[in-house]
Amino acid sequence: MQMPTPNARIISRKPQIVDHLKALLPDGAVIHEERETKAYECDALTAYRCPPLCVVLPENTQQVAAVMRLCHAERIPVVPRGAGTSLAGGSLPTADAVVLGTARLNGVLETDYENRFIRVQAGRTNLSVTGAVEEDGFFYAPDPSSQLACAIAGNIAMNSGGAHCLKYGVTTNNLMGVTMVMADGEVVEIGGPYLDAGGLDLLGLICGSEGQLGVVTEATLRILAKPEGARPVLIGYDSNDVAGRCVSDIIKSGILPVAIEFMDRPVIRATEAFVGAGYPDCEALLIIEVEGSEAEIRDQLSRIIEIARRHDPVELRESTSEEESTAIWLGRKSAFGAMGRINDYMCLDGTIPVSELPRVLTRIEELSADYGLDVGNVFHAGDGNMHPLILFDANKPGDLEKCEALGADILRLCVDVGGCLTGEHGVGVEKRDLMGAQYSPDDLEIQLAVKDVFDPQWLLNPAKVFPLDVTEGRRT
Amino acid sequence: MIPETEEDLAEAIRAASGNLRIQGGGTRDIGQSITGEVLSTAGLAGVTLYEPGALTLVAKAGTALAEIEALLAREGQRLPFEPMDHRGLLGTSGTPTIGGVVAANVSGPRRIQVGAARDFTLGVRFVDGTGAVLKNGGRVMKNVTGYDLVKLMAGSWGTLGVMSEVSLKVGAIPETEATLIAHGLDVSQAVAALSAALGSPFDISGAGHLDGAASGGESETRIRIEGLAGSVAYRIERLREGICAGWELVEGAMSAALWQELRDVTPFHNKPGHVWRYSVKPSDAPALTGWIARERPGAEFVLDWGGGLVWALVEAGAELRPNALVLGENHISGHATLVRADEKSRAELSIFEPLARIEARITEGLFQKFDPRRILNHQRMGL
Ligand SMILES: Cc1cc2nc3c(=O)[nH]c(=O)nc-3n(C[C@H](O)[C@H](O)[C@H](O)COP(=O)(O)OP(=O)(O)OC[C@H]3O[C@@H](n4cnc5c(N)ncnc54)[C@H](O)[C@@H]3O)c2cc1C
Repeated sequence: MQMPTPNARIISRKPQIVDHLKALLPDGAVIHEERETKAYECDALTAYRCPPLCVVLPENTQQVAAVMRLCHAERIPVVPRGAGTSLAGGSLPTADAVVLGTARLNGVLETDYENRFIRVQAGRTNLSVTGAVEEDGFFYAPDPSSQLACAIAGNIAMNSGGAHCLKYGVTTNNLMGVTMVMADGEVVEIGGPYLDAGGLDLLGLICGSEGQLGVVTEATLRILAKPEGARPVLIGYDSNDVAGRCVSDIIKSGILPVAIEFMDRPVIRATEAFVGAGYPDCEALLIIEVEGSEAEIRDQLSRIIEIARRHDPVELRESTSEEESTAIWLGRKSAFGAMGRINDYMCLDGTIPVSELPRVLTRIEELSADYGLDVGNVFHAGDGNMHPLILFDANKPGDLEKCEALGADILRLCVDVGGCLTGEHGVGVEKRDLMGAQYSPDDLEIQLAVKDVFDPQWLLNPAKVFPLDVTEGRRT
Repeated sequence: MIPETEEDLAEAIRAASGNLRIQGGGTRDIGQSITGEVLSTAGLAGVTLYEPGALTLVAKAGTALAEIEALLAREGQRLPFEPMDHRGLLGTSGTPTIGGVVAANVSGPRRIQVGAARDFTLGVRFVDGTGAVLKNGGRVMKNVTGYDLVKLMAGSWGTLGVMSEVSLKVGAIPETEATLIAHGLDVSQAVAALSAALGSPFDISGAGHLDGAASGGESETRIRIEGLAGSVAYRIERLREGICAGWELVEGAMSAALWQELRDVTPFHNKPGHVWRYSVKPSDAPALTGWIARERPGAEFVLDWGGGLVWALVEAGAELRPNALVLGENHISGHATLVRADEKSRAELSIFEPLARIEARITEGLFQKFDPRRILNHQRMGL
């Protein structure tokens, strides 16, 4: 993975730039000592790191605007950063970039139950948005597994999803408005506590733009009334193929579970060794959760179980209590941690048409054998969003490169069967150089043209999303 | 011009020397009145892929909406966002196409529960104003690869490009539906009741209100529940114990008819006057309708989306855009579209909501990139 050569002119002016920024911000909001910027050298894609020029932690939109005006005037790249949990290197800095952290933008600005929205500063963590309304019976639906840490700003930039998005949609389906600071420091309000756009759907464009079109400082989010209850059923199968068909039949039946999660044997075994959730040792495991009142839950689960039985499950465990539900979810929720205990891993995120599931899983197995690297699969089966976890040893020379090559092959496979490179983690630097597999040069050019409109100087997160060679002439 | 392939479509756009009026079925004739040769997508028709088990459908842009709905119905599925049919309201004829639905981001009452057309459009193929054939998104339900131009194309009214193909997420038709109705509530009472219901855990799929003039008698406030039969019965019962105590219950086909009426704003069909459509914060609906009624006595109202969508039938006249000036303290945020008006008004008034400075700058910038010659429905959005 390559990053552009940092601009020496900017680096040589670091002391003056830091002084300027300090003059714009409250005490302690500019971090520039190398030992203090360490925490900002990478995000959750830890294979790549780089110390930034400095880090700023503004507290409000005006301060963000002031920082952007300065960086714009001085032509300094800016990398917006939420909580740094991106798995794609979205908030990875370069040595000549100012990292604009949203950690201090964490307030709740307005809660409105009558109109069912909440307005927050964008650095607020995902889970604490729900935290702000849950006592009153509401919640914010998108629930990435990283929700304890990740910020709404990062969720908006990546259009993040979660286990429950099968029913409630991803971030873009729950975002009503943003306040955003443009690359030149101008402040724009897009959308608000009403539905649909008056002109072009700029909100839809900004969501998922990976910090390249503006710095989001505030967000209006749709909140929903909490369902009365939720319960999962666990179903084990002897083959991935059959599990895939069961998923398809359930979807077709018209029942709308809130989650359909899938784990394959390597992941089942790893989680058993880690947390001992009591999963059966089978080829494929499904966890399907439904919501509603007690009677509604029972009704839906019995229909799901009826469909599941038609496919001869080796195990079928319906939760009848809170404790049993927790036990069923325990393994799934610890899956990433369990894999991480075995070795370093890289988490992929391609999406495929649900119907291609069996074929893709078989092919991943073959590729895994060819490369000699183990791959586990744990993913959101209802929407085809795969998360192959490739195990490798970061200390073994050449293993990371091998892992990246296998990852690229798997993602190309996803595209070849009609899917895409990333379903919820974003392109960042990780999949940047694969964009040509999914998009033609013209398809990419129109996206670059969109960035030209919002950020003509290409100062915002410029080295991400698009292959470096196609953005070369645009980056300053 | 009626190109029959995507390549012909691209060729037609490349060869165009003046403004083109982009048309699907021509049933949603909304926007500033513009001139130019008609470029129809009717020749680009046909469903290219339908996988009921994956809830996805791909169709060429000119495919008749009715054809898609019939195909889906055979598998017990539908377009969950419930696109309205504009023909009755606008007095147009023709065949609505799926491309038109996406281009105008058309949805219906269920928008409040599941989202709009833009939320169900997974991918688009389109030809931009330079004649380049482009694609964005795909046919899978989760996709964050690159910028989301799918959302941008949805609701762009043919101004950024001409769509040749769209992929959609579809959904199952629920086992049953039922509607609860209250009679005689005023707009404030209605919105309060709808808000309470929408804030309950009972997963409301429709929340509307027809004022007395629109319903032709007493006002009607409606709440819809859909799902498995037992679940619908349970939720209806719970609502009637509380928020909807004393409301009338209507089930099955009769319930469905009520929502088609709301979806298509049937009470305004064949009545003269301008029709305004407001997207607002639901709790602003009472102030908004009050203001409109003072400005234009005799106005009739149909509310949807829990009050967040206000349809107003008014006597022809000047623009009715509430702003901080006219409403003082009660500043209303949202946007208004003059959906139906006489030709003269369509030439003179702003049909779409004028944009604030920076949004206008961004929009103009996007037009320059997507359609540098400004030949695709130029000025239709008045932007
Ligand atoms: C254990 C684990 C589990 C995860 N599970 C999920 C999951 O289930 N679903 C899922 O979708 N993702 C998941 N992720 C990925 C990650 O958590 C999400 O992408 C998340 O949204 C990133 O948020 P963040 O605040 O950490 O953003 P960061 O990592 O800091 O930044 C992400 C991107 O947002 C941009 N950005 C940040 N702030 C702003 C701003 N104010 N304005 C504009 N752009 C900005 C950055 O430049 C960067 O491109 C997981 C990650 C981990 C480590």
